[in-house]
Amino acid sequence: MQPTTHADTHAHTSNHEEPGFWQKYIFSTDHKIIGIQYGVTALMFLFLGFCLMMIMRWQLAYPNHAVPVIGKLLYHVLGEDMVGKDAAGNVGVIMPDLYNSFGAMHGTIMVFLAIVPLAFGAFGNFVTPLQIGAPDMTFPRVNMVSYQFYFFGGVLMLSSFFIPGGAAKSGWTSYSPLATVSDMGQHPNGQTFWIMGMVCLISSSLLGAVNFITTIIQLRAKGLSWMRLPFFVWAQFVTAFLLLLAFPPLEAASVLQLMDNLLHTSFFLPTGLVVSGQALHISGGGSPLLWQHLFWFLGHPEVYVLILPGMGIVTEILACNTRKPIWGYRSMVYAVLVIGFLSFIVWAHHMYLTGMGTRIATFFQTTTMMISIPSVVILTALFISLWGASIRFNTPMLFALAFLPMFGIGGLTGLPLGFNASDIHLHDTYYVIAHFHYIVAPGTIFALFAGIYYWYPKATGRFMNEFWGRVHFGLSFLFMNLIFMPMFYQGMEGLSRRMYDGGATYEAAGGVVGLSKYVIGLNVPISHAVWALGLSQIPFIINFFWSVNRGKKVTSDNPWDATTLEWQTPTPPPHGNFVKQLEVFRGPYEYSVPGHSTDFTPQNEPEKPEPLTHGNPVRS
Amino acid sequence: MEIPYAVKPRPDTGLYNAKVGIWLFLASEVMLFGALFCSYILLRVNATDWPHHWLNIWLGMTNTIVLILSSVTVVLSWSELKMGRFNRYRFYQAITIICALVFLGIKSFEYHDKFIHYQVILKDGTMIDGHLQKETTMPVSWHEQPVIVDGKLPRGAKDTDMVTLDGWYPPNEGEVWNPPLNHEDKKIEIPANKIKFMENYGPWHTTYTAIYFTLTGLHALHVIAGAIVIFAIWGPLAKVWEQDPERYTNRVEVSGLFWHFVDLVWIFLFPVLYLL
Amino acid sequence: MNQTQESVQVAHADDHSIEAVRKHIRQYLIIGVALIFGTILTVWASLINFGSIEINIVVALVIASAKGFLVVGFFMHLLSEKKMIYSVLATTVFFFAALLYLTLWSMARDSIIHIR
Repeated sequence: MQPTTHADTHAHTSNHEEPGFWQKYIFSTDHKIIGIQYGVTALMFLFLGFCLMMIMRWQLAYPNHAVPVIGKLLYHVLGEDMVGKDAAGNVGVIMPDLYNSFGAMHGTIMVFLAIVPLAFGAFGNFVTPLQIGAPDMTFPRVNMVSYQFYFFGGVLMLSSFFIPGGAAKSGWTSYSPLATVSDMGQHPNGQTFWIMGMVCLISSSLLGAVNFITTIIQLRAKGLSWMRLPFFVWAQFVTAFLLLLAFPPLEAASVLQLMDNLLHTSFFLPTGLVVSGQALHISGGGSPLLWQHLFWFLGHPEVYVLILPGMGIVTEILACNTRKPIWGYRSMVYAVLVIGFLSFIVWAHHMYLTGMGTRIATFFQTTTMMISIPSVVILTALFISLWGASIRFNTPMLFALAFLPMFGIGGLTGLPLGFNASDIHLHDTYYVIAHFHYIVAPGTIFALFAGIYYWYPKATGRFMNEFWGRVHFGLSFLFMNLIFMPMFYQGMEGLSRRMYDGGATYEAAGGVVGLSKYVIGLNVPISHAVWALGLSQIPFIINFFWSVNRGKKVTSDNPWDATTLEWQTPTPPPHGNFVKQLEVFRGPYEYSVPGHSTDFTPQNEPEKPEPLTHGNPVRS
Repeated sequence: MEIPYAVKPRPDTGLYNAKVGIWLFLASEVMLFGALFCSYILLRVNATDWPHHWLNIWLGMTNTIVLILSSVTVVLSWSELKMGRFNRYRFYQAITIICALVFLGIKSFEYHDKFIHYQVILKDGTMIDGHLQKETTMPVSWHEQPVIVDGKLPRGAKDTDMVTLDGWYPPNEGEVWNPPLNHEDKKIEIPANKIKFMENYGPWHTTYTAIYFTLTGLHALHVIAGAIVIFAIWGPLAKVWEQDPERYTNRVEVSGLFWHFVDLVWIFLFPVLYLL
Repeated sequence: MNQTQESVQVAHADDHSIEAVRKHIRQYLIIGVALIFGTILTVWASLINFGSIEINIVVALVIASAKGFLVVGFFMHLLSEKKMIYSVLATTVFFFAALLYLTLWSMARDSIIHIR
């Protein structure tokens, strides 16, 4: 089937005048443009956050050696407080403050500026209205504003690197009192910028969440009942609820911490605080634990925000490339709703070591164990969906398939952390880092890569290069495992997180019990794998931009022969998306239905096909 | 390209888009203020001392009644619009906006009062509580607080400076926070070099003032935002009534829902902060 | 839905006729008076010494909840609102309660472990 004749996104109909460049690309209210804006911005932040880690890994592998190539540049830009000299006098050693800044900002950028905007802002915005048969989001102007808040928040965060004192350095978790007392003499300091950036990002997410939920409730096409929705839409729906209800307490807490920093209130500062030998002149009476509760009340649902859209993307790609319906669709829907609900009442498993008390720790341990059940249901359903399938091993499918065992490893290794007793040993070690990176890095990020390769043809009308896609996949898969698998071992042996020297202080020596040379020595191959992973992204970056104009053109609006509604639009979809009103007659995964002449039936295809006297079989 | 159900409700949900949107937004606001109330409770439970009837309850009560009145006029104005009576809608909504301004005016007065209300502890341990008078010769900035701590005077102050307060001598800290309802205030002059500690009752003073300013400040921001939106619909955007009365009525309804929420928050804030 | 004789278009977002709206106006005024009465009542109750502060707290919160119910139920029309809105709000209230209760429970004095 030939694609409809729109060569690019600049298609316009004759009944309204052509908007200018600014209106069309910068101040657009079209969900597809906004989705691409989110996507490109988020990918840039993803790359930046990764660069921060590549520099940190040098310090971990070769402590107190000057960073090659960029060490001098860092010194000139960031100054001598942040970048020191090595034993030979070469400039370019990462000082502890800079290491902590990079660490705090790596986490913040990856979670809030890269993954969530990519998974929710980009994919959610671009695909959701298309998959429900809607012309756009219910509130297009609010959509535009939510991107602008995100962009502005990102600018604030980035600029904090360049102010005196540097960026926030109290972890992405910004615990009080450290977050208030570090850089206390500086006004404003990196922490203040961080908080203001967070307020912008939270506001962006709240507006986005309102938009998504209203759109999914109100703009589903005729016949598209809840149980006919693609799982991707369900995942985005639950994600939006998590953002809507879990973010506000962090917004409140951020305001309180900002007041502690700027107005010298004591919301989170206890009485009798002494810093550098001097008692602080504050009223005291505050509670550091209050910050932790309010932070993790968001923090835990946030990690489900990180994974659920990925699960949605993987489900779509699996269904399409197995040519089978997803096994257990209904269970998956109930499971994702249960995950959403339970995720609000597990947060204090991040706080087992704060001295909470055994009864409440048991409560949170119980709910944490419970929430693993629906997660396993979803993963199992996806695995079973592979049984008896005719699998097409294209690039999106490779990433989607790899997601399954990688998320499995990540999820299962969370169990010892969820148990109060074993967490005493593992809390704040590299085990935790390995656990959550397995979920987010070869987990979510692979799902996002899969989504990019999968939906790229719909957005641009061209495929990404398949060979380099497979190279990208193979190398990324290899190096991700080489990076994070050894970290489990390091963590179990006791290597703590956030250690500027990679554990050297705690090395066993002269009969004193400590970390073995081997454990610390693992930092070197891990760092090498990180840099190799960075190099492995180059084919992807080149492929992404090169294929816009040089990729293999699609020969149909539905190049993957998929059933969901986003493939029923012209390519790329015009403003308003669908050429005429859609009606949906069936569920989302009608692949290989016995008795049908084709191995897939689009959702909007009527029960009885129209008689052949009308010419070609009708597609919307 | 028209977005469906922007004005007419969708049949199966019975709702138009903006109504779903505003209730979702209000749900997030419940969590926002909820977290602040939660912080309030935690800070209070962990405190040894907590003020009782320290703020002016009559001003608070007046503000509560003003907001209730504005809630009534907001819903009356929407009803008039449903009945097609545009001028009566305009009248009631004008009262709403005036109420908002009165509320903010009283709040500003209360805030100002706290920033010139000082706690002074002398080097011999005597406590004085009062409002700073113009006759004070020492330079005092409302936001550089504490003004004096450990006897160290602020920049530009001389030993011979005098601090003049209109206040009283509370016998102990407890009485500062639970002041007898009628205590006599008189003029007290204090040499600056006799003062060990001097600070106004801003957010930095105690966790109580901190949570008070935060809760009421955030609430006031919502009052301002709500009033601006209601005014914008009432004034500059009123021409939409001619073009699409149903769309206009929906906007008034949605802004009214927000306004009622603002009133609802105050209904809880007032007893929690002023009365308990 | 009743047809009206009005020449001006009347919004029918919630299927109310002119008469029904007029009746509601009476209702709003009565509730407004009730709210003001509740305010005076809560101030008066706070000035009474019941012996323990807990009783004052309970009384104040009960009155505030009643006033809140009136605002939400009648002014915001929640009592006649659609199921979709109810479920969103019920979920929200549940999570707020969880935040409040679990945080307080975790920080209650007798649950802090003492290491000897």
